[in-house]
Amino acid sequence: MSVPPPIAMLAELTHRCPLACPYCSNPLELTRKDSELDTAAWADIFRQAADLGVLQLHLSGGEPATRRDLTDLVAEARAAGLYTNLITSGIGLTEKRLRALDAAGLDHIQLSLQGTDAAMADRIGGYHGGFERKLEVARLIGQIGFPLTLNAVLHRQNLHQLPRAIEMGVEMGARRIEVATVQFHGWALKNRAALMPTRAQARAADAAVAEARARLKGVLVIDYVRADYHSDYPKRCMGGWGTTGLNVTPEGTVLPCHAAQTIPGLVFDSLRDRPLAGIWYEGAAFAAYRGTGWMREPCSGCERKTVDFGGCRCQAMALAGDPAAADPVCIKSPHHAALLARAEAFAATEAPEILWRAAAG
Amino acid sequence: MIGPDDIPVLPRGVRLHRDRVRGGWVLLAPERTLALDETGRAILAEIDGIRSFAAIAAALAAAYDAPEAEIAADSQGFLGALLDRRFLEIRQ
Ligand code: SF4
Ligand code: SF4
Repeated sequence: MSVPPPIAMLAELTHRCPLACPYCSNPLELTRKDSELDTAAWADIFRQAADLGVLQLHLSGGEPATRRDLTDLVAEARAAGLYTNLITSGIGLTEKRLRALDAAGLDHIQLSLQGTDAAMADRIGGYHGGFERKLEVARLIGQIGFPLTLNAVLHRQNLHQLPRAIEMGVEMGARRIEVATVQFHGWALKNRAALMPTRAQARAADAAVAEARARLKGVLVIDYVRADYHSDYPKRCMGGWGTTGLNVTPEGTVLPCHAAQTIPGLVFDSLRDRPLAGIWYEGAAFAAYRGTGWMREPCSGCERKTVDFGGCRCQAMALAGDPAAADPVCIKSPHHAALLARAEAFAATEAPEILWRAAAG
Repeated sequence: MIGPDDIPVLPRGVRLHRDRVRGGWVLLAPERTLALDETGRAILAEIDGIRSFAAIAAALAAAYDAPEAEIAADSQGFLGALLDRRFLEIRQ
């Protein structure tokens, strides 16, 4: 297939984070501060990305605000011609810093929500006082005028707070809210029994979203990723492996998706050794699951193969033990029934204590 | 729906951008990129936060030598979709 240029790049500026969410998408092996790329290296990567065709840059982490050079990085990204989106928990953003980010040209802020009250949010985030701080940051964001998206990860412990989360989005003047049911890889896999939503919860969430979408049309856009264990077909992952977006880790390794390192045998290139264009167009990890050529049955003969591209490779690895298998969420997967049974079993057990992610050194 | 006296504005965080790699123009918005065709770009390029929708439709009709009613109907659909997605705001 002919390979299109990427549209989006997620820059994991650091793995350091004051929070410790039990579903954190960072790898179990966290990068240490002294291995992080410096300002000049990131600036060069932003220019390479723009030359390659990237339009949207997501500045993420860990918590990007733990980088002291965040404002400089935003300015460099804007100078390269990229649309800049900051994905943050809000911790570490003072009024002074937010004003500096404004002056540097930051386009948009995505603020994460761990819960809709201090008791829930501070427990899930593992950070006392975080919720109060976040409300203050949301107020400042509104005052300065940044466009805001709220971003809530939903799971068994906080799914009942979804209607309140949507209300908070409206109160904060957010244009969008993203609600995603937790995905089970990395840290979340260690917390399956504590985080697995029940079927009844998933249904209630579907209904709450449908009701709010109708009521808030033109006020708040609701992007909703439902619990895929309860769907028949998987979602397309990353817009299709190696066709839409890429991730860069704090030390400059380029990944087709944030969890790609959970797939054994894939070889990842580093921007310390090779330019981004070469990695995107010729890198082995990008080629491995791009398009449909790698597929086997049931995917290779399936009419949905260019709709969902076989779903998530990392989920196939985690749940079927084979990265080239159909995503086990799919009803055509031989692992589907076992997966569903396991999901229901997790959801039916008394939820154990959650295990928080570790701190990056 | 957008009325003749409404003044459309692109809110902060939504901007036109020339895509120098793929060619053409896109609308960049929070976590969304919309590829624009010639018509879409022409409509958005007229939005200045000063002129009303009626004035914009008249300007486009003159520039493209097309009936104003037709232009207004097309633009209304396009801008309405942007309003729903919060890529556009109205000033009265
Ligand atoms: S998911 Fe939580 S712990 Fe992980 S980077 Fe985001 S805020 Fe930090
Ligand atoms: S068989 Fe494969 S391609 Fe078909 S719907 Fe299932 S995951 Fe998608």
